[in-house]
Amino acid sequence: MISPLGQNLQENSAGFRAAKMAICDVTLFDVSRQRVAKAGQAHVQESAPESAISRSAWRRMDRGTRLAFIAAREALISAEIHQARMPVIIGTSAAAMPIGEDYYKHAHAGHETRRTQLQRVETYQAQRQMIDLMRALALHVPLRIVSNACASGANAIGHAFHLVRSGRADCVLAGGYDALCQLVFAGFDALQALSPSGIPRPFDAARDGLALGEGAGFVIVESAESAHARGAKIVAEILGYGAATDTHHLTQPNPQGDAALLTMQAACKMANLVPAQIDYINSHGTGTPLNDIAEGNAIQRWAGPDVGKIRVSSTKSAIGHLLGGAGAVESVICLLALTEQWLPASLNVRQPDPVCTFDLVTTPREAVVKRVLTNSFGFGGANATLIFGQEGLS
Amino acid sequence: MILSITGTGAVSPAGWGVQPMMKMLDSNKEPAISLLERPLHHTTIATPVLRVPSENSTTPKITRLRRTSPISKFAAAAAMEALGEIRLTAIAARELRVGIIFTLINGCVGYSNRFFSEVLSDPKVASPILFPETVFNAPSSHLSAMIGSAAPNDTLIADSTGFFSGMDLAAEWIMRGDVDGCLIVASEELDWLSAEGLQLYSKNYLPSEGAGAIYLEATDDLVKLQHLPDPISFTNRTRTAAAREIRKTLAIGNHVTHLLIDGRAGIHHPDLPETLAWQDWTATRWSPRKILGEAMGASVSWQVIAAVEALRSKRYSQVAVTAVGGNQQAAGCLLGH
Repeated sequence: MISPLGQNLQENSAGFRAAKMAICDVTLFDVSRQRVAKAGQAHVQESAPESAISRSAWRRMDRGTRLAFIAAREALISAEIHQARMPVIIGTSAAAMPIGEDYYKHAHAGHETRRTQLQRVETYQAQRQMIDLMRALALHVPLRIVSNACASGANAIGHAFHLVRSGRADCVLAGGYDALCQLVFAGFDALQALSPSGIPRPFDAARDGLALGEGAGFVIVESAESAHARGAKIVAEILGYGAATDTHHLTQPNPQGDAALLTMQAACKMANLVPAQIDYINSHGTGTPLNDIAEGNAIQRWAGPDVGKIRVSSTKSAIGHLLGGAGAVESVICLLALTEQWLPASLNVRQPDPVCTFDLVTTPREAVVKRVLTNSFGFGGANATLIFGQEGLS
Repeated sequence: MILSITGTGAVSPAGWGVQPMMKMLDSNKEPAISLLERPLHHTTIATPVLRVPSENSTTPKITRLRRTSPISKFAAAAAMEALGEIRLTAIAARELRVGIIFTLINGCVGYSNRFFSEVLSDPKVASPILFPETVFNAPSSHLSAMIGSAAPNDTLIADSTGFFSGMDLAAEWIMRGDVDGCLIVASEELDWLSAEGLQLYSKNYLPSEGAGAIYLEATDDLVKLQHLPDPISFTNRTRTAAAREIRKTLAIGNHVTHLLIDGRAGIHHPDLPETLAWQDWTATRWSPRKILGEAMGASVSWQVIAAVEALRSKRYSQVAVTAVGGNQQAAGCLLGH
């Protein structure tokens, strides 16, 4: 994974365990006339990572695809997979929007060459970027790009889970990514969804908005038979997945969290688990007043009398909201919690919101973690829940 | 499990509905070309396009669609036609779980254009109403709200073959029992951004717009989904090689009751892979894009709908639908009785 906290699993793990917050001044584009000027920026090197990819292929990739490449390559290396016939399922929301922005600006200026504009139109398309990424990773297989706003990454992993579970594939590369871009940043600012201070405080009583971020997270979803046959180290099992649609409003969740409740219940039913068996929830937790109330209500309704035992945090407080990459990156954070036995924190909480009848984790802590649940909710009401567990618990 | 297509809906330059589209395809008569103009400095850039006629719109009059752009309005009209009154009543009564899969390339390019223009002009006054509609899954979200369904709803981005990937995902949901049936929708709208962008590939492209929707369910009906092979990726094959592989996989022979509906637009270079892959095809062949224009993500939906209607007419017993996308994959399916 890559996030504003680090360029690989190790750096991210260290960052979350040290309760670091990686929100900074935006330098990628002009924010001088925006209400807000802060976000979580990842470090992406300008030159191609040595020996991993050709310079020309790296040059053609937009920032988001570079993020995806770095994370996908790390997943393949850690799974010790070098070449495979496995489908690729990727979630994104903004895709290569910065290239689209360039195309727009040059079309307005009217003095760019036809060839250069054609190249922009071609490389703006998400599928073209992902086909280039797959070529660079020697993955010559069908590609599926899911674009369900902020739930895209979680949906991609859920799709992969189903493909493997149904026997249609032994192994799938799945994940999500998004890079910061001007149009989306300005969009969230226009909605007044960004925290004016740039400090996201999910579940704080006086929270005032989210911070955007960028990054990518990828996993290899593989059948137990396939993994055992090749002697692979199993990081965790996917125990359950639920997806549903909140039809309340295009950008606002149902205040009672109806669809969130549906996805948590569906994932638990598939995993054959009751809420008390979940050791940790990585919440969607954007830090906007409406989202956190809806999710908090959903968690209360889902957990019932056990709500006080449920440990919850939002890692968006540290790295920002990664939009199409959020669900995948937060899944990888859950896997870190499972393998390293700690819980990441909701940072910047001064006074928890009254909706927090659950155990809000405000500082990183060591813990016994066997099963984790992660929620992702997006614009348009795209809701998804994934449950991961230690190997052998299903 | 037998899967059948039991509903179709379309919005195209031929008009609102499947009937006007089929009438235009049958008559081989091309819709009227209009010019999409934008001023640039001291001149005007005019791009010839095929627009959906504004009259006789069948977009449902519901609050959620009031401020949406054409892509959502086209999609809603096509979806309503494909579902029909009986299914809509059953969904409302919670007796039918209908999933939605939306496929596109461009998405809401009109509002993206307007919103980004406002951002560059003065971000402080950029419209908060426009931005949410620019998100890729906004149109599909409106469909779920319109029919009142909390069932899964996924938006897939792909090249113009994405509709086949949508059908594949729908089949997966139905066979797994996640939904009783699935609406697969593709929709695109025109804007100078996308129209000029398309013509950068070839001046001969005629940019078009509209939507297509089919309803797929597990039932033994007249039009069955007989074969839907995995798409062939361009990662390590040329478009021509991928087109040939799809043709081989579909394994349909020349016969008087067989029909091929391909994705050719009438432009030599982009059409060449399909021309070569099917050069020995002597049975009937339709190329809807030659009449309806290049509607990007929506074009394949029209091909599939034309196939369904051809089978319903009983003039044909089996139809191969194929397309070779621009930069992702070649794909196709076999429909038959």
